[in-house]
Amino acid sequence: MNYHSPASFAEASALAANATGITRFLAGGTDVLVQLRSDVVTPDTLIDIKKIDGVHDITRNADGSWTLGVAATGAEMTEHADLGRDWPGLVEAMDLIGSTQVQGRATLTGNLCNGSPAADSVPAMIAAGVTVTVTGPSGDREVAVEDVPTGPGKTSLAKGEVISAINIPARGENGGDAYLRFIPRTEMDIAVVGVAVNLRLDGDIITEARVSLGAVAPTVLLVEDCAKAIIGSALDDAALDALAAAASAACNPIDDKRGTIAFRTEVAGVLAKRAAKIAYARAKGEQA
Amino acid sequence: MSKLHVSTTVNGDTVEFLCDPRETLLDCLRDKLNLTGAKEGCGTGDCGACSVTVDGRLVCSCLVLGVEADGKSIETVEGIADGDILHPLQKKFIEHAALQCGICTPGILVAAKSLLEKNPNPTEEETRYWLAGNLCRCTGYDKIIRAVMETAEELREAS
Repeated sequence: MNYHSPASFAEASALAANATGITRFLAGGTDVLVQLRSDVVTPDTLIDIKKIDGVHDITRNADGSWTLGVAATGAEMTEHADLGRDWPGLVEAMDLIGSTQVQGRATLTGNLCNGSPAADSVPAMIAAGVTVTVTGPSGDREVAVEDVPTGPGKTSLAKGEVISAINIPARGENGGDAYLRFIPRTEMDIAVVGVAVNLRLDGDIITEARVSLGAVAPTVLLVEDCAKAIIGSALDDAALDALAAAASAACNPIDDKRGTIAFRTEVAGVLAKRAAKIAYARAKGEQA
Repeated sequence: MSKLHVSTTVNGDTVEFLCDPRETLLDCLRDKLNLTGAKEGCGTGDCGACSVTVDGRLVCSCLVLGVEADGKSIETVEGIADGDILHPLQKKFIEHAALQCGICTPGILVAAKSLLEKNPNPTEEETRYWLAGNLCRCTGYDKIIRAVMETAEELREAS
């Protein structure tokens, strides 16, 4: 295995474009190194992007949007009070992943590129409207997070392409987000179902919404029918029931040891309601 | 590929070693530096027996490559005591019999020290969540939690 620690994303991209065999980028390594050690994926080329300037930065831009370096860890995000005030759901979703030790290394970028349909931060990023900057041999392009995963363990990134920044929109006024997952214990587990809701209010009425479901399909889903179910409402019981029905209808899960198809489908609706209520309360400024 | 040269700081000492890029920091600590306090339990970041800090950040050393340690500052369980004088956490662990087989103990000591440095007054719930990534199959955790909570109290009174 060849190990590289390039000084720029252009260099990282060129290394990957010219490499033969299996290439992996190393950010936090909490998936890549597990796969390496267990002989699931043995890269021929490992490109450590943590020596690139700015990869740990968490920056609030002049317009209120955020730019996160690709190696900013869960712990760094949780410790950033202003980021948590703007996007509590996104920060909580990231914070749910693994232990304190894993939080010291794990990144949004890695969680996304690992391609797990059960990745906790990915529904939260999709609901928030996060995009990633992808650096490739022909320059940079910006891609919506929902367009990155294409199946379990698979992404739309081409050979030689590397995510070089995470772009989080400005929170703006009267908005709130939330992420909830079901696991059969309180900590240290993988989502059986995850639901993220991000919405904006005008008075009591929801004017914008994005709802994303995790662990209920081959990829994390952005469900427009869920958003339609609550836009224009004050999140009354009828809207919540419509939201739950839309969430359950969008599910296409598998049966496995962590949950059955029927259970995941039911729970997706329940969690969608609960997450929407939290996001709504946050948008009203009633709940941190 | 030939071995890579790594220069790092471990418990305040500058050390150098050569390692294969596939070797983990845990392998390097144990096999090259003879610091065998950190243990390999699972090797996949689930059990915390290999906990160390890298630039003050608690991590599983089985999920860090040795080459990533270059230029960093590593703290292991071997650096917790001051010579023969045990750290208050170590004394409390003995007092409370907060260990049985002892495999998880180095990782728990490193993790608990890291907690108390960040939060000198943790609640029991915060302590249990912080240590959720350190598995112990002997004690049932209560003695460990009590030892950490009492150490926190003692350190607060001392400061």
